[in-house]
Amino acid sequence: MPAMNMIQALNSAMDVMMTRDPNVLVFGEDVGYFGGVFRATEGLQKKHGLTRCFDAPIAEGGIVAAAIGMGAYGLRPVIEIQFADYIYPGYDQIVSEAARLRYRSAGDFTAPLTLRTPYGGGIFGGQTHSQSPEALFTHVAGIKTVVPSNPYDAKGLLIAAIEDDDPVIIFEPKRLYNGPFDGWHENPVSPWAKHPDSEVPEGHYTVPLGKAKVVREGNDLTVLAYGTMVHVAQAAAVHAGVDAEVIDLRTLIPIDIETVVASVKKTGRCVIVHEATRTSGFGAELSALVQEECFYHLEAPIARVTGWDTPYPHAFEWEYFPGPQRVADAMKRVMEG
Amino acid sequence: MSEASTSRAKPPKATAAELTGYYRDMLLIRRFEERAGQLYGMGLIGGFCHLYIGQEAVVIGMQAAMKEGDQVITGYRDHGHMLACGMDANGVMAELTGRAGGYSRGKGGSMHMFSREKNFFGGHGIVGAQVSLGTGIAFANKYRKNGAVCVAYFGDGAANQGQVYESFNMAALWKLPVVYIVENNQYAMGTAIQRSTSETHLYKRGVSFNIPGEEVDGMDVLAVREAGKKALARARKGEGPTLLEMKTYRYRGHSMSDPAKYRTREEVDAMRSHHDPIEHVKTLLIDLGHADEDALKEIDREVRAIVVASAEFAQQSPEPDPAELMTDILVEA
Ligand SMILES: Cc1ncc(C[n+]2csc(CCOP(=O)(O)OP(=O)(O)O)c2C)c(N)n1
Ligand SMILES: [Mg+2]
Repeated sequence: MPAMNMIQALNSAMDVMMTRDPNVLVFGEDVGYFGGVFRATEGLQKKHGLTRCFDAPIAEGGIVAAAIGMGAYGLRPVIEIQFADYIYPGYDQIVSEAARLRYRSAGDFTAPLTLRTPYGGGIFGGQTHSQSPEALFTHVAGIKTVVPSNPYDAKGLLIAAIEDDDPVIIFEPKRLYNGPFDGWHENPVSPWAKHPDSEVPEGHYTVPLGKAKVVREGNDLTVLAYGTMVHVAQAAAVHAGVDAEVIDLRTLIPIDIETVVASVKKTGRCVIVHEATRTSGFGAELSALVQEECFYHLEAPIARVTGWDTPYPHAFEWEYFPGPQRVADAMKRVMEG
Repeated sequence: MSEASTSRAKPPKATAAELTGYYRDMLLIRRFEERAGQLYGMGLIGGFCHLYIGQEAVVIGMQAAMKEGDQVITGYRDHGHMLACGMDANGVMAELTGRAGGYSRGKGGSMHMFSREKNFFGGHGIVGAQVSLGTGIAFANKYRKNGAVCVAYFGDGAANQGQVYESFNMAALWKLPVVYIVENNQYAMGTAIQRSTSETHLYKRGVSFNIPGEEVDGMDVLAVREAGKKALARARKGEGPTLLEMKTYRYRGHSMSDPAKYRTREEVDAMRSHHDPIEHVKTLLIDLGHADEDALKEIDREVRAIVVASAEFAQQSPEPDPAELMTDILVEA
């Protein structure tokens, strides 16, 4: 099996699906001729032609809306919003149209579009290239929200998303594109090739939406994480010397509550980590769910480690980013509690 | 009046002092940007950094046409606009390095700087947003009857954002004192204009709103100045917005991380060697006998000294206090 980094895995997913299904098409800003600013669509236009992989104007509202219309009439558009920070001009179309078409047509029409977008920090991108806006979407009924953390999952989840009949947003942790960054930013990041999850089949396979994965088994406490923070959490567990069970949620909506509950009932402690700002972040939802489902098993208050409630700063990258030290500190606190 | 027009009348006149000033101001931008590129290469500037090299005549020509009190707003390729507004090179460079001495005390970075004093309303990272913000500034001008005009710059790529047209309609409807400047450098990141844009003559984009448009040679500072003067005068008279399409070119990649493989070396070289805006003024100065090589070298030395000092300042200025991270989110009690 070839070793792929996350970009190659995503590219392979689109390639496989374009080959299998003539209704799948790929477009967005710079994705066609140029192959995408992160190279995720490289070669697709050459291979599948101009009508199936093409450049869109800088017009996120129009891009999302066109994809909804295409989807309503049977196509399977995969759109790229160049950075999650640029999704807001398309937000109205996502919330008011894509998320609700099924409901208001009583199931007659759906918007089976897949929206890929790089998110997250750690790249010195400042406030317009670093945000983690997932909670703005998990809050909206009618959209599925997916966050892969490695090449194998990225490809399998993207294929599952394209085949899914509902709108799916995939937030791709751009800091992980080239290697499993664990938050120790002064250390060099090893390439994906050295990681088992870089073994990616060339053909078709899926990773089902709505299924979390235990990536590190442990008995002391449960960490709920997704995206880059999956790797940070594992590094933090080592650093703190805590026997942590780390769950990679992989899909935020629909949430795999069984896997979460089983783990927290086993460990009795829970730490939730995400890069996004804290207030009304997805961690708040997770915390509420764990409290509702596991209250009598909890031996300590649930802890959240998140970005600060500020815009993403230009300086202070590592003061902002919830790195392994902060996560380890929370683990120790929860063990004492 | 709805049909847009292209005009290239007889070359406008400029005094020796004016031409020398434009030469100096454009050179300052170019040298500043070259230095910023070097600091980036040395790892002293992080993140995203978009250089203005090649487009200098646009902001300098417009600045020459503007009056005290007029405002400027632009996108993320903003270093040249700030220097043209008279903002301090030290403060700009120190923001690039994310230091306390930067215009946004390290919070904004290359794309996000502001100066109330110089009427510079930013530096905005979201493509197209500044066009609409500038429209609001123009509304405030009209409301306050201050006689000022807002100059809102944007790119050929930004010209495809929907909100630009929402704003065009409002500006024309309300006859707002705004001049829209589209800096058509023919590329939006890796995408050439014809791959993304149905009508590539962007000066026509205001036609259906009754906004007159004009195509201008954006590599010629005097052509820019003349077109700018007309548009500003029209706005000041209460006749509403004008759209100027500045045909220009960026020599470097979109940002520092872009090797620009989507265009040929020859294309870039042809622009540099035949249309360079600074060489153009230099030739005028020498041909008209306004300056000799020595005088120009002296200007170069003066400009270099400013740029070197700014790079020095940007490295000496302290890192901002981490407490800064938590301030300026909401009004502080
Ligand atoms: C809403 C939004 N979408 C996409 C981007 C990403 N982006 C930044 S610059 C750019 C190209 C803009 O090109 P143009 O308007 O021609 O300006 P230029 O870079 O040529 O000065 C793109 C797509 C963004 N910053 N904001
Ligand atoms: Mg451009």
